[in-house]
Amino acid sequence: MNRRNFVSTLAGIGSTALMTENARAEDPAELREFVGILVDTTRCVGCRSCEMACAEAHGFPEPDSDPSVFEKERSPSTTQWSIVNRYSTQKGEVYVKRQCMHCNQPACAAACLTKAMLKTEEGPVIWREDKCMGCRFCMICCPFDVPKFEYESPVPKIQKCNLCWDRVKEGKVPVCVEACPAEALVFSSRKELIEMGRAQIAKDPDSYVHQIYGENEVGGSGYLYLSSVPFEQLGFRTDLENIPYPELSKDYLYAVPVVLTLWPAFLLALSNATKKDDDRQSHDT
Amino acid sequence: MRRKKTTIDKAMTRKTESESKSSLLIAEIRRFGPFLLSEMKPKGKLATPFNVFAAIVLFVAVVLLVIRFTQGLESTTNLSQDFPWGIWIGFDVITGVAFAGGAYVITFMVYILRIEKYHPIVRMTVLNGFLAYVFYAGALLFDLGRPWNVINPIIGNSFGVSSVMFLVAWHFMLYMIAEFIEFSPAIAEWLGWKRVRRILGTLTLGAVIFGITLSTLHQSGLGALLLMAKSKIHPLWYSEFIPILFFVSSIFAGLSMVIVEGTISQKVFRTQINPQHHAAHDDIVVGLARICAGTMYVYFFLKVLVFIHGQHWIHINTPMGWWFLVEIVGFVLIPVRLYAQAVQFRNLSLIRIAAALTLIGIVLNRLNVSIIAFKWYALERYVPSWMELEITLGVIVAEILVLRWVVNRMPILREHPDWTVPRPELSWKTRLVVKEGAATHER
Repeated sequence: MNRRNFVSTLAGIGSTALMTENARAEDPAELREFVGILVDTTRCVGCRSCEMACAEAHGFPEPDSDPSVFEKERSPSTTQWSIVNRYSTQKGEVYVKRQCMHCNQPACAAACLTKAMLKTEEGPVIWREDKCMGCRFCMICCPFDVPKFEYESPVPKIQKCNLCWDRVKEGKVPVCVEACPAEALVFSSRKELIEMGRAQIAKDPDSYVHQIYGENEVGGSGYLYLSSVPFEQLGFRTDLENIPYPELSKDYLYAVPVVLTLWPAFLLALSNATKKDDDRQSHDT
Repeated sequence: MRRKKTTIDKAMTRKTESESKSSLLIAEIRRFGPFLLSEMKPKGKLATPFNVFAAIVLFVAVVLLVIRFTQGLESTTNLSQDFPWGIWIGFDVITGVAFAGGAYVITFMVYILRIEKYHPIVRMTVLNGFLAYVFYAGALLFDLGRPWNVINPIIGNSFGVSSVMFLVAWHFMLYMIAEFIEFSPAIAEWLGWKRVRRILGTLTLGAVIFGITLSTLHQSGLGALLLMAKSKIHPLWYSEFIPILFFVSSIFAGLSMVIVEGTISQKVFRTQINPQHHAAHDDIVVGLARICAGTMYVYFFLKVLVFIHGQHWIHINTPMGWWFLVEIVGFVLIPVRLYAQAVQFRNLSLIRIAAALTLIGIVLNRLNVSIIAFKWYALERYVPSWMELEITLGVIVAEILVLRWVVNRMPILREHPDWTVPRPELSWKTRLVVKEGAATHER
């Protein structure tokens, strides 16, 4: 084999390797971005169409349509996966839709010992009835306090927004997005939504705070928010760190196999070291 | 060669034994049935004040549990969307398991370090630990919303391996098995099963090593459960070192429990303990107190380190800060000081006071981390309902009743039966000689 041959063979091997790499990257599952929803709170008019559509689509009782519900800050409940709150801010009244944030690396899913809480490939975080044992550890861990538990039921469920996962799988948009008359909600891939959000801020820099809530918070979430006022005025927690929550217990979990292998060896050695000569038979109680 | 002769004799008897094995088995079953029935009967007076109290508590607890399982958790507990965990987790499981830590510390000292001094309390401590796990971790089932799915993380159709809860659940289960094996020789002695007893005895060291490893991981794991609740726990109690703090505190929590429990059982089961052990018990208590003092100093030092490292001075002059000081000064620093002083002057009653204070401190610490400092900013606090407290009391009473039943029947505090004591001629060296000479069966 002369040198040229060698080089071309090498190049051939290299390109084949690259090609398989490419082929793998073109696999739709690999390319698929998490989906999400961009909420432009400056556009929301507080009509609560999304609440109504959500309740209807998921078989919950119709929410109280009286405007008095805005008088106090609500959170999603066992019968309402999505709610709209009204906040009085320096720029007037602002309406904010709240529901599960669908984190990129959700604390609830990392906390779940039965994988009942699951981050799907598409992006929605879903809850699976046949797996859950009702320990409520997801509620302890969720930084947004989203999962709600049916305390009144002998066969309780965890209730939270699933980003209309059934519809998303079929290529449809979530019902809340479909129902929104003000175009305050946009459904797309998370990557595109961030670009849209940034473009929106750049286009109208005086109307927005220069931050997309959910871009970096707890490692990023599927729901992204634009606002005209600082987010703490809209009831958002701004003290959350920008690391994915599962990182918080990762160090501990990494230490587990180490202890599990080193400890017995160490204890066995120690027990042998303390053995007396005439004490070789196994020590009984 | 008298010794050789006896061995041959024994081998002969064994041969005949094996020939009539089946008839022996039938005889054993005939003996076993009535024996078990007779053991089921109560040994003491039935209408004692404690028994009446226990009966009432258990009856009410059972009624409440029926309501809980038919009406949902809301009917009996004050849990809410803001406070998903109450005292059934914070006290029964998280505190109860810390109290049961004595078993792994004592087995470590007796079987790994081979400190014979603590041998007399091994069985009682292991029994206590085992029952604590069965009852307090078992009480977890009352708290689970969908307990019928509790097998899911075990049977393998959905392993949530990224979950600390998964680790804790498995370790609870495996540790219960390990403790049962550690305890099982006592059951074999009670039933008079000599050969089974011999086999079980050989498993002890393995179970102990396994048990200590599991304990290290799940005692710390209970703390690690709360690592992901970072944004909800007051900074004075949240730290990435919670697992280490939980582990270290489980050592003196468990030993303090052994001291308190020992004090009580010395009185209650007085007739079962021979006078020699009564005297030895004081030495044991002083020894345990010394270990408690040492580990508590380490714990206090770690707490201070975490406090300084986290720059928590700003939180000290707030209501939560004062509460933190109550826990650290009142129930760590004061008891450790008492322990140290009591050990120095061999003051047993002072040791008991220190142990009681330590236990209160552990209850405070575990409840602080899991309930009180959890969402300290919430306007509506969680306060347990009387029904939650009553069911917790029911669990404790049930455990005490089972403990009493076992101690009154099995050789826990009593001397072991004669046949369990290895005879001198069967020690290592002599056995070798016999083997070479006659090549007969061992023992």
